[in-house]
Amino acid sequence: MTEMGAPRFWRNIQQRYRLTGTRCDTCDTTYFPPRQLCPECRREGDVEEQELNGTGTVVTYTTVHEPSPEYEGDSPYSLAIVELDEGPRVTAQIVDDEIQVGDEVEACFRRMGEGGGDGVIYYGFKFRSLD
Amino acid sequence: MPRDVAVIGAGQTEFGEHWERSFRDLVVTAGVRALEDANVPGEEIDSLYVGNMSAGQFVGQEHVAALIADYAGLESVDVPATRVEAADASGGLAFRQAVLDVASGASDVVVASGVEKMTDLGSTDTTEALAGSADREWEVFPGGNTAALYAMAARAHMTEHGTTRRQLSNVAVKNHENAVGNDYAQYPTSIDAETVESTAYVSEPLRRFDCSPASDGAAAVVVAPADEAEKYTSEAVDVVATEQASDSIALHDRDDITTSKATRRAAKRAYSEAGVVAADVDVAEVHDSYTITEVIAVEDLGFTEKGQGGKAVEDEVTTADGDVAVNLSGGLKACGHPLGATGVRQVVDVTRKLREEHEVGLTHNLGGTGGTAVVSLLEAR
Repeated sequence: MTEMGAPRFWRNIQQRYRLTGTRCDTCDTTYFPPRQLCPECRREGDVEEQELNGTGTVVTYTTVHEPSPEYEGDSPYSLAIVELDEGPRVTAQIVDDEIQVGDEVEACFRRMGEGGGDGVIYYGFKFRSLD
Repeated sequence: MPRDVAVIGAGQTEFGEHWERSFRDLVVTAGVRALEDANVPGEEIDSLYVGNMSAGQFVGQEHVAALIADYAGLESVDVPATRVEAADASGGLAFRQAVLDVASGASDVVVASGVEKMTDLGSTDTTEALAGSADREWEVFPGGNTAALYAMAARAHMTEHGTTRRQLSNVAVKNHENAVGNDYAQYPTSIDAETVESTAYVSEPLRRFDCSPASDGAAAVVVAPADEAEKYTSEAVDVVATEQASDSIALHDRDDITTSKATRRAAKRAYSEAGVVAADVDVAEVHDSYTITEVIAVEDLGFTEKGQGGKAVEDEVTTADGDVAVNLSGGLKACGHPLGATGVRQVVDVTRKLREEHEVGLTHNLGGTGGTAVVSLLEAR
């Protein structure tokens, strides 16, 4: 089925390895993942790269029992929406089994899986509890 | 709308696991049933729309509008055929495009169809195909899929509004009860809340029976100018509004995870266009891909206050005898959810109800977690 594929993964390495987002100086808002166009200011926006510090708060979470095929061996696992300190929210796995809404978490670099055909190993960020 | 439009015919296949029938068989069957209902010969059709989410992934077939026109015998009478896609809002979109085609004056008699053939794939591949409605790179790559995303919306609704596990179950129980007697429904059987809560977790807090099933099926309606409808049928119903709106593709980018902004936007415009309010609606087919989806939708459609959607069943707001009968067909949960067919099937069901005792009907079709919403309003004559 749908594999990420080496080019598609490779071009997002800055975001997946270092949490690089964008900031619009016109409206003073930070976005992750990067956006070419500020969704509020559009062509009036002044968009530049911004590295995020990787700490945030759990907004909501689930424990996934029936994942997509690439995560079948990992289930059950925790998945959350995390609000980063700079404002943007991301969907990411939480490495701790016990989490609560409001928990403070930090990003950590993890192996996510590998592509079947070409053997590419995918890395990316998950989050771990700071509490 | 520049020209008023009416539904003059409606038909569908039975929803379920049709091992013996192909993608093309399903949609041709639904189309023929709709055309027979409308008393419209093929030569009078000006245009065809097909709502389909993912024939490419489910059956390896793209270019499905041409395929359907061919097998429906509409190539020989020169009918342009267009596929529209917005995940599982594709059917609602196909209906809207058909209505706009007639409203604009470009066409007179138009068929809106929807179809999905899901059960040729195993369940894991189906989960993967469904996940294509979410943001592949930033929701699915990290480990999400539609059930996981709706599970997070459910958790947020429980945390912020006090919605209970039992209230989610009540939605499934209601919709299964409604499906009893619906010959087209995939699961026309009653269940109780304990049964829902004894099924395995898919993504906590959602369990198997919180989820709509994988289904094969097709549906079709025929639309025409309202002032010409009598030429074909005495059972026309009027389309008084059809609106569509967008929201962020990713659930995490919503200001409020427990609100479907696209639903609110589309509903607000539809009510305004039709000159009705939510309280006027007495029958509605609402997108319940998961139990939480209906809870949130009945709030955003204005049937309950924000945060009160969990109580809608126990307070008899959305039950069959309630203020607005929601999902009398059984909804996506019990009638089945062949993705691209659902939005058209909703119009078929509301049309049937408006021909009987109801007056104002609403359809609400969502793509994925709500990046697209289509809300249409129909009225009995």
